[in-house]
Amino acid sequence: MKEFLDMGGYAAFVWPSYAITLAVIALNVYWARRRLTQARAAARRRIAMHEEGA
Amino acid sequence: MTPTRRRRLYLVLGILAGVSIAGALALNAFKRNVTFYFDPTAVSRGEVSPGQPFRLGGMVTEGSVRRAPGSLEVQFVVTDFNHQVPVSYTGVLPDLFREGTGVVAHGSLRADGTFVADEVLAKHDEKYMPPQVAKSLKRRHGESRTEAPAGSGATPASTPPAAEGS
Amino acid sequence: MTWTWFHRLGSPPHVFALARRLTPWLGWPAALLILGGLWGGLVLAPPDYQQGDGFRIIYVHAPSAWLSLMVYTSMAIAAAVGLIWRIKVAHAVAASCAPIGASFTLAALVTGALWGQPMWGTFWQWDPRLTSELILFFLYLGYMGLRAGIEDTQRADRASGVLAVVGVVNVPIIHYSVTWWNSLHQAPSVMRLARPTLPGSMLAPLLMMLLGFTLLFGALVLVRLRAEILARERTSGWIREAVGA
Repeated sequence: MKEFLDMGGYAAFVWPSYAITLAVIALNVYWARRRLTQARAAARRRIAMHEEGA
Repeated sequence: MTPTRRRRLYLVLGILAGVSIAGALALNAFKRNVTFYFDPTAVSRGEVSPGQPFRLGGMVTEGSVRRAPGSLEVQFVVTDFNHQVPVSYTGVLPDLFREGTGVVAHGSLRADGTFVADEVLAKHDEKYMPPQVAKSLKRRHGESRTEAPAGSGATPASTPPAAEGS
Repeated sequence: MTWTWFHRLGSPPHVFALARRLTPWLGWPAALLILGGLWGGLVLAPPDYQQGDGFRIIYVHAPSAWLSLMVYTSMAIAAAVGLIWRIKVAHAVAASCAPIGASFTLAALVTGALWGQPMWGTFWQWDPRLTSELILFFLYLGYMGLRAGIEDTQRADRASGVLAVVGVVNVPIIHYSVTWWNSLHQAPSVMRLARPTLPGSMLAPLLMMLLGFTLLFGALVLVRLRAEILARERTSGWIREAVGA
């Protein structure tokens, strides 16, 4: 296990690389879903206002 | 396709073609500035003058590495299998610096033709393989692991062509 | 030749529903492939004879770089379709691509720097590959900046669309930079006409990651596309049902 974490001496480069890429993936998933939720909420508001006005 | 759409298609294609041509012309005109490194053949042709900083790229000739005892100074020869340039460098070399592998060194030519480097980077090729495969290839093809690359932008090969998978 | 399917792709409600149905079919396989690729790349693949375990960065760097190019190309094609056929959905697709592509371009640059330091001896050089990839990042930012800066959606679509198309010239430059010019970055190991230069044990996880990242992009772009479509459609009837109002 220790050998695995050590990555043959390259740990300081390998693990941050994986962490950063996985963070980019996670953030992409999060941001995309949040964008959709916000868009849905905004659409609902627009519909509500539209109906009030009409 | 309607005539309007065809017009727009031609417009888009035209923009694309225009930018490509402009880009190609610009890159060609600025070729010297775009050049990341010069190989020993270019140096031998006098494409760089002494004292002018540039990058030298090529392979480290086998058996050419000499270290001065008690100092960090190292001398080696960079080759592209056409011409050679002797290099002198004082400092720590990168981990992957080996005889028979690629280097890109930054520095300038001294009057005597030696390239005095202030930075040496190791360049590796696109071949990956497990250690056992590399060892068996080395055994099969002998001690000399270099392979003459073709043309400029040469990819230094530190081992013979890609091994069959394990 | 019936173009019905093509014309239906221009209809926002149809695309919205299609995107909703397709997303899980892309997302879940992507997750499995990426997890499998991570396992294969970090644990199963043998170390490299030269770079040792350091070469394992390839399993995150190469897929990120692949996405940076593939997403830009998709964005440019979508923008071109939007410009030529004046299809709003196409522009919505392009807009959805941009943030995804930009983030993976950044990932490629950063993981590349982390890989370059131990192997080359430097985090960064102005070599043709690295420089053109950095330019790609700025092109993405430029596209997103134009969209954000121009109020009118139609004009934003057109301006950013032209930038996307113009910038696509950079994509072959990035790919061929290592062949056309002297560079520090090595030649392609996988995206080449000849056999890949990795043995099967090292190549398999990489292919899984490449495919996994591609499917992930598909899922992400479909989610963003739905948001984009909702934002563009004012109060059309179908929206009511779609958002459960």
